Amino acid sequence: MTVRERLREKISAAFYRHGLLCASYPVPIILFTSASILACCYPLLRLPLPGTGPVEFTTRVRDYTVPSHEPQGDLGERPDWYRGPPVAYIQQVLVKAAVSPWDSTLVPVDVFRSPLGRVFSLLEEIRNHVHNDGSGVRSLEALCLQVTDLLPGLRRMQTVLPEHGCLLVSPGNYWQNQRELFDSDPDLLKTVHQHEPKGLHTSATLRDLLFGVPVKHTGVSLYSRKRVVTYTITMVLGSYDARFLSSLRARLRQLHPSVNCSLREDHMVHVHFKEEIGMAELIPLVTTYIILFAYIYFSTRKIDMVKSKWGLALAAVVTVLSSLLMSVGLCTLFGLTPTLNGGEIFPYLVVVIGLENVLVLTKSVVSTPVDLEVKLRIAQGLSNESWSIMKNMATELCIILIGYFTLVPAIQEFCLFAVVGLVSDFFLQMFFFTTVLSIDIRRMELADLNRRLPAEAGMPPPKPGPLRPREAPPPPRPSPYTITLQTPAFRNLRLPKRLRVVYFLARTRLAQRFIMVGTVIWIGILAYTDPAGLRTYLAAQVSEQSPLGEGGAGGLPPHLGVASVFPGPGGDPASTLSVLPAPAEPTPLPENQSQGHHGAPREGVPHQAQAPPLVPQISWGAEDEEGWRRLSFRHWPSLFSYYNITLAKRYISILPVIPVTLHLSPREAIETRHPQDTRHPPPPKHLAAREHPYLLIYKLSALGLAAGVLLVLLLFCLYRVLCPRNYGQNGVAHGRRRRGDLPCDDYGYSPPISEISPLLLRGHSMDIECLASDGMLLASCCLAGQIRVWDAQTGDCLTVIPKHGGCWEQRDGWDAVGVAEPENLGGGTEPGGRVFDEDEGYPLRRRTTPRPALFEDQPDLTPLIDTNFDSQPPSHLLLTPPRDGFDFGGLVERAYLEHEPPSPGLTASYPSPSPPSGPPPQRRRSLGYIQPPVPQGQGTPDWESAVWAMELRGNLIAAGRSSGKLELWDAVEGSLRCSNEDGVSGITALAFLNNRIVAARLDGSLDFFTVDINKPLGLLQYRGPPGRSNIPPSPCYSSEDVISCQLTRSVQCAHQKPITVLRAAAGRVVTGSQDHTVRVYRLEDSCCLFTLQGHSGGITAIYIDQTMVLASGGQDGAICLWDVLTGSRVSHVYGHRGDVTSLVCTTSCVISSGLDDLICIWDRSTGIKLYSIQQEVGCGASLGVISESLLVTGGQGCVSFWDLNFGDLLQTVYLGQSSDGQGVRQLVVLNNAAIVCDFGSELSLVYVPSVLEKLD
Amino acid sequence: QSTVRSGSGQTNPSRGTYIAVITNRSTTLVIRGFMLFSIGVFLALVLNLLQVQRNVTLFPPDVISSIFSSAWWVPPCCGTASAIIGLLYPCIDCRLGEPHKFKREWSSVMRCVAVFVGINHASAKVDFANNVQLSLTLAALSIGLWWTFDRSRSGFGLGVVIALLATLSTQLLVYNGVFQYTSPDFLYIRSWLPCIFFAGVITMGNIGRQLALYECKLMSEKTHQD
Repeated sequence: MTVRERLREKISAAFYRHGLLCASYPVPIILFTSASILACCYPLLRLPLPGTGPVEFTTRVRDYTVPSHEPQGDLGERPDWYRGPPVAYIQQVLVKAAVSPWDSTLVPVDVFRSPLGRVFSLLEEIRNHVHNDGSGVRSLEALCLQVTDLLPGLRRMQTVLPEHGCLLVSPGNYWQNQRELFDSDPDLLKTVHQHEPKGLHTSATLRDLLFGVPVKHTGVSLYSRKRVVTYTITMVLGSYDARFLSSLRARLRQLHPSVNCSLREDHMVHVHFKEEIGMAELIPLVTTYIILFAYIYFSTRKIDMVKSKWGLALAAVVTVLSSLLMSVGLCTLFGLTPTLNGGEIFPYLVVVIGLENVLVLTKSVVSTPVDLEVKLRIAQGLSNESWSIMKNMATELCIILIGYFTLVPAIQEFCLFAVVGLVSDFFLQMFFFTTVLSIDIRRMELADLNRRLPAEAGMPPPKPGPLRPREAPPPPRPSPYTITLQTPAFRNLRLPKRLRVVYFLARTRLAQRFIMVGTVIWIGILAYTDPAGLRTYLAAQVSEQSPLGEGGAGGLPPHLGVASVFPGPGGDPASTLSVLPAPAEPTPLPENQSQGHHGAPREGVPHQAQAPPLVPQISWGAEDEEGWRRLSFRHWPSLFSYYNITLAKRYISILPVIPVTLHLSPREAIETRHPQDTRHPPPPKHLAAREHPYLLIYKLSALGLAAGVLLVLLLFCLYRVLCPRNYGQNGVAHGRRRRGDLPCDDYGYSPPISEISPLLLRGHSMDIECLASDGMLLASCCLAGQIRVWDAQTGDCLTVIPKHGGCWEQRDGWDAVGVAEPENLGGGTEPGGRVFDEDEGYPLRRRTTPRPALFEDQPDLTPLIDTNFDSQPPSHLLLTPPRDGFDFGGLVERAYLEHEPPSPGLTASYPSPSPPSGPPPQRRRSLGYIQPPVPQGQGTPDWESAVWAMELRGNLIAAGRSSGKLELWDAVEGSLRCSNEDGVSGITALAFLNNRIVAARLDGSLDFFTVDINKPLGLLQYRGPPGRSNIPPSPCYSSEDVISCQLTRSVQCAHQKPITVLRAAAGRVVTGSQDHTVRVYRLEDSCCLFTLQGHSGGITAIYIDQTMVLASGGQDGAICLWDVLTGSRVSHVYGHRGDVTSLVCTTSCVISSGLDDLICIWDRSTGIKLYSIQQEVGCGASLGVISESLLVTGGQGCVSFWDLNFGDLLQTVYLGQSSDGQGVRQLVVLNNAAIVCDFGSELSLVYVPSVLEKLD
Repeated sequence: QSTVRSGSGQTNPSRGTYIAVITNRSTTLVIRGFMLFSIGVFLALVLNLLQVQRNVTLFPPDVISSIFSSAWWVPPCCGTASAIIGLLYPCIDCRLGEPHKFKREWSSVMRCVAVFVGINHASAKVDFANNVQLSLTLAALSIGLWWTFDRSRSGFGLGVVIALLATLSTQLLVYNGVFQYTSPDFLYIRSWLPCIFFAGVITMGNIGRQLALYECKLMSEKTHQD
């Protein structure tokens, strides 16, 4: 034993023990894992949250020096970005100007025209300011940030923003800093507005940039009440010179003194901008994430065979994500600060760590034997994959370690994260995922048990009979033959389209969800466009609309609400408080002038309303100190980005603002007037708005309340309209619903109750063997050879052939034998059958019976039957000669032929393992060497030989007998019209199409007959309402016609082996044989068109319909779809373990049933299996399609209706009282929406009422 | 009597809805080629954007033009090359008679693409001390890519050959002045170029093989039947 092998064994054993541990104590282990994840993620709390908002740092102006690049010793609270010089220094000159005293002769434009006009002289002053001291002469030109071109996309701003020079912005830029242009501008507001972007904008607008204060505060408006204009002149300085700036400040202060200004001037704020992700980086990032999601999708899609796929996929993703978090957390714990952009490297980390191990684990555990205990399954699965998991992990670690030695810092950091992530991922896989997997597997087993147990409980244990046909026992029935299920729920058949739409809407809560999403989006938009919230907005609106009548008591000044929007950490803590005195001062009173006569009598508060000259008071509050805070935080980045300077990961320093107060005399205002200014109409009197502000708020809130109530009512009505009133009451009132009887859909909608009652047609004395129908009539033939013709609508027996029992007494005697005979036949089966049944009594066995693996412990069944059966024929042969007319060989053949589909409309019914229907597969297998002695030469009609095949067209019954004789009977009169004895080999299958009959014989030959009538075709009368059925109504042969049946062609060796299936449609005859081939003949000239090869077993089922679709199923479990026109194979699928017993097609799908009791539904065009239905063992294999979406299957004493679209069981109709009864082996769907099936010696006619309604 | 051998009209089962379209091999070939072409064009555009460095400002007005900042013929060339490579790989596998069995799943292919984008990302964003280090790191990463997702000798050989040819042709284009490096380094070529080419070839080959997998399955089924 090498070291490697020993190591491998050790690892495997360790994993095994670990798996046992995990599966034994799932809850403690999950708790432990969660705790360790949380513990490892704890250090992450210390990491700053990612965000794009700017951060600030405040220093004192006095001892300011440009920070050096190298971090110094005592950093203190100094942030790590505060290194090196800033991009720029921002110096703002905040100008507040007002015309005072305000004169009633002034027009609204005067509020801002002359104050704005003063900007040019100020600019002049600033530009020309020169500071001269010992070291030299400094001017703004030398200090300011020199900018070059604007970005090429900003051509339209070229006239407004400075280029090739100092970056100095002010409102004067609108007029190219030229006083003449300003003076000649007839409409200042229009000039300002024409540069504004249309629609919603997020970043700073040009107006914000130039004015330097938010639009609301500029006061540049015709309806301004404060009559104070505020704007800034923003200087962007490239280098800092304290002396120049202080001299400029002193100069400006000297020129325009601000009396009551107490702004602090000793702090400068450094603002650091985070990296923002631009479009160019966003696209690759999004691509990476898309690839990541595709990877996760494709990986988790492979999880299969578990109880909850989604749950496990989620667990896998959680495993990877939390291992990444743990890795970052651990790295932080040990002192490593992540420098990489987390969002960028995250997808790569996930991809490197990968989901593979998790999937491998799941696959391995799932593929362990099902019957093992869950613990052992987990342990085995783990230990199976232990070696490969360890190997993979070692390889990945090696690769990452190699990456670590590239010595590139970024890659090293990535590798470190990856290594820690890999290890923690391994830990989580072993503890977290394995435990989740064990819980899942246990749940699956529990679900399996739950599903099987009710059937167990409902079955009397010692009953030797066959299995219950359905998983659920039949509910208590009011009458023996009627079943009322709570809800038949043919919902997709019966419901009209509009109701279905409404149901769909209600079921998916589409409307509610839509409204919810809409609301969320609306709120999102609201919050986005107005981050301060609705309240501030409303307050501002209200206070703006209503002048402050009572000296600040009425409402807050507008700037108060907004000032709190950007409460800077560096701001003065008293800033909000210090605002309050401002309104208390006589500041806003000028506006009160016009409403003095309103306000004065209302309250006795003394105020200055009587003061005739209005002096717009210019006040300086703390909010002016850092006025830039009220701007968008994108203000500075967007200003710099116009010149292709990015502020990402850099900072700017904002210097204390220089206040400038301008008082202009009315005379000056009038002088600077433009001739057109007076044409503006005086501001409209806001009489409506001059109500009490409280009243306005009340009105607003009442309005809002009413709107809210209305909205709620509307939603409620909508809800009531869309959802039915009996929401969840009708359908599932009876508690837990068992699987199997699925009475209504998952949401409790129950369509009206309706009943399906089978109509039993009695009369046959023995089991029914052949069944044929043409829609109006129904012919059946029993083992006794009696043919009865029924009316398919009413169920009346029309004719009995033979009319009087000539050999009836004989038959009675035969009956005893017939009854005993199956016992003989079943002799072989009995022991096996008993074993089988006893096994069924044991719950665990029962649980797994559908699986073929279980038959391994009953291996004696098949050989027993075979050998016994082999010994049977001689005894039959011995018995036959003494008794004339009793043909045991024929009986055997007959028994075989039960499983031959006699008519195209019929679906083949193939053996079920239950004893009453015998062991047909074996019988069929032995068919090859059974050459029954066929009694010959009996007169016409031939009562002795049995009817093996029967067909009904018009009122002619074609019966093929074991003697090889073909008889044509009149269905109404019961008289023999014609017979043909050309062949000697028994007719095993018949096809009757138009006026041709095709007969397949036991020796593999195929005979084509033509039915001739000596009457011209024009005289044929048609019966039946035209258009009612899909197939053309059959011609009716009157009794006067002489009908002859001639053999036109006989294909002697159509197949090497017996023909098992014969179908005819659309002018084609298709035969399937045991020689693995399918042949297609043309009906007219009986010419063989194709021999279709492709099956590796005998053909057992064929389907062909008018649309020339041909499907064939074989003993190999394969289903082939063929193109009848070209003979090519369209698709080839394997669906069943064992024979395909029956095949039906609809326009969209192919339905097959097999010996494995599985019904598979395939997509017809693609050949993909849509779903499959596992039925109980022993269910019949007969299938029928009633409509495009309604499938009917025969079971033991019942028929079941299935919804083809969803695979739901809609209803099970029990045919008789004794539910242990015979299986339904033949099932014919009549075109009046009824089905006929055989039920022992009775026929059962089941109407499907909903389908009738639909057809009408 | 006409006997028709079965299996002549078989189609790809997973794309059965297009049964009428995808009936012969040439059609599937064209469709595959087109898919590979579009993947190549898309990757070329995105990776080119990765190389556009930080000097692009926030939401610049010409972000669309920066996607197409290189010459217009580069993405179609990349697309054509990737189509050829993607078709060549399965073809060579078939010729050599050693069908590629290693990790044939879409999730693995996605992983491969992600790693390829990651290599590009690293070459564009990570600051290396010198170009030799850059080249060596990228070479190691590319070979790691091959080892993780391909491990076939034919894949390696083809990758190396195509990478060398592509580098050579780019060099020729540069000499003729059709194309220009912004800053040539390490022996006057972009040192990451061959490695990126190699990784790209491996990735496209992986995608091509995965796309061709269905057809190969079909072929083997057919031969099995015969």
